[in-house]
Amino acid sequence: MTRLAVLVGTRKGLFVLGADRKRRSWTIDGPHFLGQVVNHAVLDPRDGRTILAAVKAGHLGHTVYRSEDFGRSWEESKTPPAFARAADGAKGETVSHVFWLTPGPAKEKGRWYAGTSPAGLFVSDDGGRNWSGVDGFNAHPDRRKWIGPPEDAPPDGNTLHSLNVDPFDANHLYIGLSAGGVFESRDRGGTWTPLNAGCAGFFPDPEAAYGHDPHCVRVHPKFRDVVYQQNHCGIYKLDRKANRWHRIGDNMPKDIGDIGFPMVLHPRDASTAWVFPMDGGTVWPRMPIGGKPAAYVTRDAGKSWKRQDAGLPPAQGWFTVKRQAMTCDTLDPVGLYFGTTSGEVWTSFDEGESWQCLCLHLPHIYSVESALVS
Amino acid sequence: MKVLLPSPLVSYTSGKREVEASGATLAELLSDLDRQYPGIRFRVIDEQDAVRPHIRFFVNRSLVRSLGVALAPEDEVLVVAALSGG
Repeated sequence: MTRLAVLVGTRKGLFVLGADRKRRSWTIDGPHFLGQVVNHAVLDPRDGRTILAAVKAGHLGHTVYRSEDFGRSWEESKTPPAFARAADGAKGETVSHVFWLTPGPAKEKGRWYAGTSPAGLFVSDDGGRNWSGVDGFNAHPDRRKWIGPPEDAPPDGNTLHSLNVDPFDANHLYIGLSAGGVFESRDRGGTWTPLNAGCAGFFPDPEAAYGHDPHCVRVHPKFRDVVYQQNHCGIYKLDRKANRWHRIGDNMPKDIGDIGFPMVLHPRDASTAWVFPMDGGTVWPRMPIGGKPAAYVTRDAGKSWKRQDAGLPPAQGWFTVKRQAMTCDTLDPVGLYFGTTSGEVWTSFDEGESWQCLCLHLPHIYSVESALVS
Repeated sequence: MKVLLPSPLVSYTSGKREVEASGATLAELLSDLDRQYPGIRFRVIDEQDAVRPHIRFFVNRSLVRSLGVALAPEDEVLVVAALSGG
């Protein structure tokens, strides 16, 4: 019998919410790694039981843990993601934290990818026990230009996130760099090409190849070449034939705008996606517009959007939903989940038509992932 | 020699705050610690062989900053982790 699990990574540990497939009665397990930052925890869909967690304990550096018994025991990576040792006299880079974990292709059991801060790409072929750098990215001569100087980085440092493996081509990878843009590789990470045409950025040149700030890039798991992006500068859908992004966020209500962090795709409908808008006015508060939290859904690939706020705080709801902190399950109807910086987990079991608060008082939530557990 | 560990590292030593390790230098001592308690070295030394921020090593109560510092069997090594932040 399969059960539903929701993995909640927080600033102070990992929590696991569990329910049966009817999603009526929930349990909470944890904290795992109490007091440690858990940026991301992901269950391996290839076996339905292995969890990898990206963990950082204060100043003790980062690591990756794996569990094959759903958190009863954890095994630390023998070789965590780490940059290559610099030549004598040169200043080398040090991984601050592992930010993103992505299971490899369905047919490549044991393969995982990890994105770090500073922006680095790492791969494991033994289920996360040992990691090595992907030199095609980490040693790329343009990498430093792409990720920009540290002083221009986001508050937690420049980050490689949104690691997506094309479900139709295991050699085809997408990544997001904050800041830097979207990049893709057709040869398993050997070479990289910017993929930012049509996307607004910070530079005066509207056709700048890089320097953009994707917040969350999602590649559809079932439909070929369906890619959506919540960017710092709007909501976009990729025209794969033209290799160009189109700003579908222009169709959002003007008083809401199209700024935010997460992007969630319906698992069986290529035209349905959710976002959670944040205030991008004045000094960019990055909280719900007017203190009235709401998700927005499109059912027509971004031509129109509908507000979904039933059950959410009608006023004075001041929290942020981070880029990894909103997801869906694969049940029917689709369940939606988001976590807040104030430690709440909210759910909808009717595809966003109504929301309920599943739990309160967790630490600052960084990531939310759902999975069906064998 | 005696090595005194801070609480964030005792998950590697089955809860022991005081362990024994050997080495002619601090670098060798850390290698021996890692042999006995796999993973512990990477918690205090990064991939560039630099001491992580807010980690300090004291030999016989004197601060040392080089992994090449010489050690003697009767020395006592103290590892301090000042976990700033909230």
